[in-house]
Formats: sequence, structure tokens, C-alpha cells
Amino acid sequence: MIQLDEIQKRLLSEVADLHTVPEGAYNIRSNSQSAGRRSTANIEIVSKTDVSGLEIHIRPGTKNESVHIPVVMTESGLKETVYNDFYIGDNADVVIIAGCGIDNCGNQDSQHDGIHRFFVGKGAKIKYVEKHYGSGSGKGKRILNPVTEVYQEENSSVIMEMVQIKGVDDTERTTKAVLDTGAKLVVRERLMTHGQQRAISLYNVELNGKGANADVVSRSVARDDSYQKFDAKIIGNAECTGHTECDSIIMDNGKILAVPGLEANCVDASLVHEAAIGKIAGEQLIKLMTLGLTEQEAEEQIINGFLR
Amino acid sequence: MLELKNVSFSVDVNGKEKDIIKNIDLVIPDNKLIVITGPNGGGKSSLAKLIAGIYVPTSGKIYFNGVDITDMGITERAKLGIGFAFQQPVKFKGITVLDLLRIAAGKRLSITEACEYLSSVGLCARDYIDREINASLSGGELKRIEIATVIARKTSLSLFDEPEAGIDLWSFGNLIEVFRRMRKQITDGSIIIISHQERILSTADEIIVLKDGRLEMQGSKDEILPALIGTSSAITDCKMGAMKGGAEE
Repeated sequence: MIQLDEIQKRLLSEVADLHTVPEGAYNIRSNSQSAGRRSTANIEIVSKTDVSGLEIHIRPGTKNESVHIPVVMTESGLKETVYNDFYIGDNADVVIIAGCGIDNCGNQDSQHDGIHRFFVGKGAKIKYVEKHYGSGSGKGKRILNPVTEVYQEENSSVIMEMVQIKGVDDTERTTKAVLDTGAKLVVRERLMTHGQQRAISLYNVELNGKGANADVVSRSVARDDSYQKFDAKIIGNAECTGHTECDSIIMDNGKILAVPGLEANCVDASLVHEAAIGKIAGEQLIKLMTLGLTEQEAEEQIINGFLR
Repeated sequence: MLELKNVSFSVDVNGKEKDIIKNIDLVIPDNKLIVITGPNGGGKSSLAKLIAGIYVPTSGKIYFNGVDITDMGITERAKLGIGFAFQQPVKFKGITVLDLLRIAAGKRLSITEACEYLSSVGLCARDYIDREINASLSGGELKRIEIATVIARKTSLSLFDEPEAGIDLWSFGNLIEVFRRMRKQITDGSIIIISHQERILSTADEIIVLKDGRLEMQGSKDEILPALIGTSSAITDCKMGAMKGGAEE
């Protein structure tokens, strides 16, 4: 395993809560190279031969195992596109932790575009956690454009947590999901943008089987002069239920565009969307100030809770 | 000790100035439980908010333990030891009961310590500690949590704005007990409750009656209460139940 320096270790702890080598299967990618990999009896990680990226095969019935595939970048000017495919066997139940941390101290843009595809077998359950984090004082931008595609077979269940709280200048996140009979998808997105940052999040969820269910919820805070767009579309092609929600706080000169979209192509599809954008409620600030917090401390508490 | 000197407060209503509080002189001595009552619209809540710093007086001065706090903000007054329980508890997203109690106490309370505050307002603590302070809690639960946050602050002046509002009759009995206990535990400070509930008035050492923004009466409970019984300044339990159409929880 390649030795990681302090900055790389810090990025790893930010995006994957990793302080040492993780338990279970893992692949750590550092500045476009594999800094360590381990497969287990049930989870095999192999490099793709045609493009940069991994194939992760999880055997049917694998229970209570985890896969970590964090990415860290500390070289300014690095641009990469990585294709990772996950094949999750029937009735497996696993946790997959991805995430990308970029530290850019130089003047050239650093960019990581991760394209993740999940083929989720019948009755399988996965929890997928993806955190983004950027740091560094250089003028070069930190850019992340993740694409996530999820193909869910009958009665499978996917929970996705997407978190980007700090330091990423530009993001365009595209998530596509196709659900078969009885499949269930839960997405929880947490986003905060600062400065001149821009974050776009696009969802396209197709509910193709009876009893399919999707719940896509984004909570976000746009500060300073940042811009966010949340565009979530759920398409109901069968007797199914879908819900999208965008709940946002704007501060300073932040701008947010929420475009919830629903398309029902079946009379038994039941789809709901909710969107709310506004500044922090004055009464919340006042309440916390009567408990002795300054206005700024109160704001922090409210935002921390909101993005929890 | 809290002292208001010639305090007035007016608001702008459609370009016209409306006087809410008119030239009030008031002294709240230490080691007392004071209940402020009076008809609706008489200025009770506004007076409490002026003391907490949520409203700023149009004229006059407010002194707390000899310090002029008239120009101090909410935070500064809170740090000096003024606590305020809202009539309508504020809801949050993602902030839990434990978070709020820790903020109130100004330290990282242990779960056991936090639970004691909840138990003191009659909530079965373990069920609530991790709950978010949002609309999933009933009006009565929110109200009791609100009171617990003020108790957790251990302030020398604690203000409760209509603590009985939104509470059902059964919880109301417990609430009276909470105030009785607080009254016993006062060491160096005082409690002000805004209420027109006769049973809350009966826990008072002193009663203040506000009407049309003016101080109408101030005196000991025994002097004031008999004259109030049967008026809108001292509503009995039965009327409370009838007014609310029964239990809310």
C-alpha cells in the first residue's frame, strides 16, 4: 500500500470517516492511482481493463459487509473520469461508502468525475453513502461531477446518502434510477454551498413495477453568492408511489432554483412533490438567542440541525 | 431585581402609531413569583418581550440588578440571566430535544442530566431526548420542553408567557406543580408568569394587572386575587376546558 501523507489522510477522514485501513473490502484511489485494495471472500474488486475504474462484484446473499472506495486528490490540475460498476447479488445486504476529497493548493482546476452504476439484484439491500469535500487555498477550482445510475430488480432496496457540505466549487450531480416491481429507493441529499460555488443536482427516477416506491429528499443551504439547482423528476409507469422534496435555506445573495417534476403514465401511480425555499425563520434565531447564543451561533446551530 | 422606569412601547400600524405599553413603572423584587394578568390585548406579552429584549422600548429605561439593560440585545440579556419561555414554542428542523437542552444549559449535559429536566416537566424523558423539535410533537409536549429549556438555564429571572396555552387540563395540573416547585427553589432571583388562569394566579406571591397598556394594580395575591375572580383576568379551570373544547393532547 502506498503511504498516504497528512493531507490525504485528512481528506479520507472527511469523506469516509476513515482513520486507518477500513474493515472489509476497499479500494483507496489517490491521485489517480490505487493506494491500496482488498477483496474479501464475498466481495471482489477488480480493475476495469478498457477504462479507468473498478468492477465490484458482491456475491448473492452477502450480509453485513461493507465496501469502501474513497478517492483523494491532492495534485493540482488533475482531471479524471472514473467508471465504477457495482454488481450486487440477489438478497445481499451491504453498505457501500464512496466519497471524494480534493485538496487543491495550486492554480489549475482539479476535477474528478465518478460514474457509478449499480446493478441491484432481486431482494438485495444496499446503503450507499457518498460524501464530497474540498479544501486548499489555491485559485484552481475543485470540481466534482458524479453520475449515479441505479438499476433495481424486484423487491430490492437502495438508500443513498449524498453529502456535500464544504469546499467544492462546481458540481453537477446526475442520478438516474430505474425500479422494478416492489423496489424501494430512498435518497437523502445534504448540500451547502458558499462563495461563488455552483451545485446542480438532477434526478430522474423511473418507477416501472407495481409497488415501486421512491422518496427523494434534498435539504440544502446556499450562502454568499452561490447557486444551486435541484431538478428532480419521478416518472410513474405502474401502480407505484413517489415523493420528491426540496427544502432549502437561502442566505446572503444565495440563489436556488427548485424544479420538481412528476410524470404519471399509469392511473394508479401516486406521486407527490414538495418544495420550500426561504431564509432562516426569525423566531428560530430569537429563541436560540434567548438561550444565550449570539445571532451567528444561533445561525450555525440552525444550519447544523437542518443539514444533519 | 428588575426595574422598569417610565417604559412605553408603540408600534406602527398602517402608518399610525399605536401605543401598546404606556408609561409603566414597575419593580420586580427578588425571591418572588409574580403573575402578570389582565384582559387580552392589555400588553402582557409585549411587556415580557420588552424585558427579554425581543422588543425595544420606544422610551423609558429597564434596569436588571442595577444595570441599565435598555439598549442590550437578546443575547446579552440572556447572558445576564434573563430566561424567556415562548407562548408559541418555536419549531426547528433537525434540532433535537437534547440539543436544545444542551444549548440552554450552556454545556454538554449528560443524557441523565438532560432527562432530569424533562422529568421535572412531566415528560417520560427517554422517549423524548432524541426527538426533533418539530410538528411531530403535540402542543402540550412542545410547551413542556419549552419550559424545561428555561429551567435548564438556571436563570435568575425566568419569564413564562402564557405557559398554560395549548396544554390540556391533565397537563395543566402538572404544570402548576412545576411552578410550585420552582417557587420553592428560588434562591436569588424571581419568576414572572404571564397568565390569566386562576390556579396559576393562586401560586403567586404578587399579582400585577395590566389593562390597555397601563399598570392597573400591583400587590400581594391576597390583596388582588379576590377582586379578579370571575373576570377575564382570572379564568377558572372549567372555563379553560370549555374554551379549548377539551383536551388537546
